[in-house]
Amino acid sequence: MTLTEVRDLRVRFVTREATVHAVNGVSFTVQPGEVLCILGESGSGKSVTLRALMRLLPPRSTRIEGEVRIDGQDVLAMRPQALRDLRGGLAAMIFQEPMTALDPVYTVGQQIGEAVRRHTGCGFRAARERALELLELVRIPSPERRLDAYPHELSGGLRQRAMIAMALSCNPRLLLADEPTTALDATVQVQVLILLRRLQRELGMGMIFVTHDLGVASEIADTVAVMYAGRIVESGPVAQILSAPEHPYTAGLLASTVHGQPRDRDIDAIPGSPPDLRRMAQGCSFAPRCPRRMADCRVVVPQPRFPAPGRMAACHAVVDGLPVTEVTRISTMSGPTATTSVR
Amino acid sequence: MQPMLIARDLRKHFPVKGSGGKSVQAVDGVSFNVGKGETLGIVGESGCGKSTLARLLLHLLKPDAGELVFDGDPVGIARGIAVDALRRQVQMVFQDSYSSLNPRMPVRDSVAFGPFVQGKKKDEARHIAREMLVKVGLDPGLFGPRYPHELSGGQKQRVNIARALATGPRMVILDEPVSALDKSVEAQVLNLLRALKRQFNLTYVFISHDLNVVQYISDRVLVMYLGRIAEVGPIEAIFERPLHPYTRALLASRPSMDPAQRIEEPPITGDPPNPIDPPSGCRFHTRCPFVEEVCTTTDPKLANWQGPQSHVAACHMHDPWSGHNRAGSA
Repeated sequence: MTLTEVRDLRVRFVTREATVHAVNGVSFTVQPGEVLCILGESGSGKSVTLRALMRLLPPRSTRIEGEVRIDGQDVLAMRPQALRDLRGGLAAMIFQEPMTALDPVYTVGQQIGEAVRRHTGCGFRAARERALELLELVRIPSPERRLDAYPHELSGGLRQRAMIAMALSCNPRLLLADEPTTALDATVQVQVLILLRRLQRELGMGMIFVTHDLGVASEIADTVAVMYAGRIVESGPVAQILSAPEHPYTAGLLASTVHGQPRDRDIDAIPGSPPDLRRMAQGCSFAPRCPRRMADCRVVVPQPRFPAPGRMAACHAVVDGLPVTEVTRISTMSGPTATTSVR
Repeated sequence: MQPMLIARDLRKHFPVKGSGGKSVQAVDGVSFNVGKGETLGIVGESGCGKSTLARLLLHLLKPDAGELVFDGDPVGIARGIAVDALRRQVQMVFQDSYSSLNPRMPVRDSVAFGPFVQGKKKDEARHIAREMLVKVGLDPGLFGPRYPHELSGGQKQRVNIARALATGPRMVILDEPVSALDKSVEAQVLNLLRALKRQFNLTYVFISHDLNVVQYISDRVLVMYLGRIAEVGPIEAIFERPLHPYTRALLASRPSMDPAQRIEEPPITGDPPNPIDPPSGCRFHTRCPFVEEVCTTTDPKLANWQGPQSHVAACHMHDPWSGHNRAGSA
């Protein structure tokens, strides 16, 4: 059964000055044991999407539409009590800044224990034992001592491990991760990524991992969904997305990410900057920066096209997968995009 | 050729209140040269002292000890070059593009401010500001009158670069100039920095935690760990034949960008130690896979490396007389 299903999710932030269209019709599914990376730059709506899944956005100013189902349950219709059972129980979240996500006045053991007691109803002693077990699971050295440590007494990497331990405390089936390694040093980031990958596999969790970093996605993702201006513009298996992107934005992002380009040439940067989400323009949001822009792009929002099995790209320039008989005809017309589209 | 900048044995310790006289040893005996027209990259993890070092180079922080020589003139002593004269020739771009601009000033005034306080007439300074905004790719008519909060991150960083160049410096210290930017904008700013360097014949010190960026932009790299230099050398040498185990670990920690070649084992474990109480001997010994007794007791020295092509590491394995079992073989 599908673990998470999101259909046509829309999130707007309404204030007196303006309405920000942060997420504009996002749909995806996550199967048990699958790692979905939502990849995007700041303002693309990736974190808002993630928070909407657990309804962590301020209810007063946020308008959420669409459908979110986790393990069959309709999250957007949940009452506060059911929502509290969901958060930390069925689904848990880890954040970018462990220092601000952990409570500075409680020890690590107390914080993990609190979550365990809330969800399992066990006593203090059992909760402490479980907390110790969890610190061992996330490979924190000398865990007995660390149980009684306050967050500020831990290094950045250990704090992030403690937060992962807390998220795992009640055996969630879905783990949501919002840039959990971005604030970490390079040598620590890779340790945490390997840990998350191992835990996800051993515990069979589904995971939604938000990041802006293609390198991080290549280390952890099974599938990737690329977001731009509140929409998923491309999705598919990670290896295919990174080696043969279909959407011009994904291709631009790959080309502009510095990784061993020749030093004597400019990097192929994407010109311009992302759109202002207070004023949603007509047509494709990427059109003003797009090298493959056509007349249609400024007028019509591109619908999802499926160039190959498991691949989706919302772009007018992408050729839809066609019956085998038509592939040869198209491939002579428009080159490499069509040749792979045997469905 | 006379190097643009020589730093000799720079040291900066910050006392920690209530710790019984302990201090953060942010920069602890760092020496290096920056050649004219080159880009020196400085890499390291948080707490390694790279930002403190940047501030020392401009005397934004006064070093506790050590010496700076700018184009042959000692800095800040009699018969040398005064600090304000140094700052005419060396400018800085900071990581946080918003907090480094005055929020109550239109950005054209921020750019004009430097030339103005250095004695240019108001009109002249404004003229320079307009020219510099054009050079960094911003239309002065459109963006000049705006306040920082009306610009995107990339645009703000362009303004910061314009401001740094407005005083006509010969050297620019870039402290994580692209770290806070999105990837697509990062590439634009890197291209701009390269173009400006050619155009104005600049020398860069480029500080970053991102090895890929440093590899792209630098001619030489200096790797720092806990306030000391671990390794220094030309870019190809460092990336193709890293000598120091820490440099190797840093390089191996970079994501592969290929899901078929994921990193399976962490190159090193643990976090960088606290710079308040750095480990004895070699500061890397607590995380080093090749640690031996000599590493815990004796401080490895960086061999003599005055030449622009020399590639050296502060590691006992590269000192044949250190007593380390792998010495000479690694």
